[in-house]
Amino acid sequence: MIFLKLALKSLKNRMLATGLTVLSISLSIGLLLTVERAQRAAEDGFNQTISKTDLIVGARSGPLQLVLYTVFNIGNATHNISFSTYQEIAKHPAIAWTIPYSLGDGHRGFRVVGTNQDFFKYYHFRKNQKVGFAAGRPFQELTDVVIGSEVARQLQYKMGQNIVVSHGVTKEEGFQHHDDLPFQISGIMAATGTPLDRAVYISLEAMEALHLEHSENLKKENIKPDAITSFFVGTHSRLDILKLQREINAFAKEPLLAIIPGVALAELWEGLSYAERILRLISLMVLIVGFMAMLIALTTTLNERRREMAILRAVGAQSKHILGLLVFESALLTFLGVVGGVILSLGLVAALAPWIESKFGLYLAGSALTQTELFYILGALAAGTVIGLIPAFKAQNQALKDGLSVRF
Amino acid sequence: MSLNSPLIEIRDLHFTYEGQATPTLFVPEFTVDSGEELFLFGPSGSGKTTLLEIISGVLAPQSGCLRILGQDLTKMTPAQRDAFRAEHVGYVFQSFNLIPYLSVYENIELPIRLSAVRKQRLGTVDVDMVIRAICGNLGISDLLDKNVTQISVGQQQRVAVARALLGKPQLLLCDEPTSALDTDHREKFLRLLFELAELYETTVVFVSHDRNIEKLFSRSLSMNTINKATS
Repeated sequence: MIFLKLALKSLKNRMLATGLTVLSISLSIGLLLTVERAQRAAEDGFNQTISKTDLIVGARSGPLQLVLYTVFNIGNATHNISFSTYQEIAKHPAIAWTIPYSLGDGHRGFRVVGTNQDFFKYYHFRKNQKVGFAAGRPFQELTDVVIGSEVARQLQYKMGQNIVVSHGVTKEEGFQHHDDLPFQISGIMAATGTPLDRAVYISLEAMEALHLEHSENLKKENIKPDAITSFFVGTHSRLDILKLQREINAFAKEPLLAIIPGVALAELWEGLSYAERILRLISLMVLIVGFMAMLIALTTTLNERRREMAILRAVGAQSKHILGLLVFESALLTFLGVVGGVILSLGLVAALAPWIESKFGLYLAGSALTQTELFYILGALAAGTVIGLIPAFKAQNQALKDGLSVRF
Repeated sequence: MSLNSPLIEIRDLHFTYEGQATPTLFVPEFTVDSGEELFLFGPSGSGKTTLLEIISGVLAPQSGCLRILGQDLTKMTPAQRDAFRAEHVGYVFQSFNLIPYLSVYENIELPIRLSAVRKQRLGTVDVDMVIRAICGNLGISDLLDKNVTQISVGQQQRVAVARALLGKPQLLLCDEPTSALDTDHREKFLRLLFELAELYETTVVFVSHDRNIEKLFSRSLSMNTINKATS
């Protein structure tokens, strides 16, 4: 096809303008796709802050509050659950495992969590990731403490170091210190990219001991916790979740609230997604700017190309051929721009993924091109072609008006 | 087409540019016979180029009769006129005849790429050989692979003639193709042009304001005698 050749040669002849136009479209498509990918990663990461846990149970309050103080270390519980209630529910035949969670103490701005070995066994995030150790091991002794990776990094703690845990989540010396019970770091957790990194973990018994009047010569075996803040539940069968949730919510002896973490997280993300929408809006605007650059590049050359159009008319080209030529040029520019943008985005993500993971805990996993991306790509191709109609119609009209003589 | 009917036949043709009050062209009668080398002269603004554009089918007259090769152009759609031009007409401009981003060779082969009929007229002969033969006649064989910006204006005009005559169109329209050339080259250029036109049996209609070359043509007419539009 002669017009294909003409378009290619013409674009090649205007290499600089063509290159810059393709680059501007590439950059905006690349930005759009990368933002989309990062958003999805952020949402996935957020929704998978906790996984495999079927229910989170706490004293009756709001679902949002419960998920915030258990999963995100934000805020406090208003009531506790008695330990006997916890033990009673944990025996329910539908339940496979539980993780007790006791909150309330802090260490230099980081939350202290009282839990047991089941935490290391059953707590999952990002589908099937478990808590791992960068150094050391889970707590064994009463005075053992395991710290999250962020705690270790910020406070520059080393293995075996002695630390002091205070009451209430405070920074520095504000509240009373539990000086009586100095802890020793037995383990530093591997970075998870979740709020787990920003907490300190001790045993339930140690948590209880912190609040005893005399904590000298305490033995782990002698301490029985009488309350916890919440607990996580894993069921044998997913089919039991709703029934179990209803049973716990209707628990007679104590007002309890059981929530499905996935649902609560999705609701929470909905509330936060205005930022996501703004980001997407901005990258769409950048795309529009990219297309404007193409429109300008194509329109400004039209006047110089009137002669070329007259020559094509003289050798027998129809005015609709002129239209087609120009539309094809912009479609080709858009196509090249989109291809460049996809490569740019994939390259950028591949190159920066390790850094983003370690720096922001954002895991850019999952497929690079989903339906959304495909929709954007097709949309951009269509938009570029439609925008190309503007200079194309202008050129066609000009060619009709000019005929074979170009009167400037 | 009968032997006696003219190649171009115009009767009572009116043409007014859009948005203009007075007509640019009113041609009561104008005929060109097959095989002629017609020289049309007149000052700028006398409607020379407009007439050529109407004959080529790029512009459509508002009224009147326009028959070329026995076909009535006024009854054709714009697309049909474009196809007619591609098949039967060669056109040479005053200057800037060539598309800058195509090579000399690619410029020459444009008409046969656009019109299958024009290509068929080459017969079974290899296209490349035909192009090289024309260029040999015009003395531009060694320019074929060059970029059009690398060659002189005189060479460009000869390339334009090669393109216009490729595929033996019946009619060659020339809009002052010699005005950018000096006197020596002008005559040489025209002799080459006529030689090829006779070889290909192509009728030449040539417009110019420069009457120095008039004597080389078989017939000469003033635009005044054809165009009766008062301007």
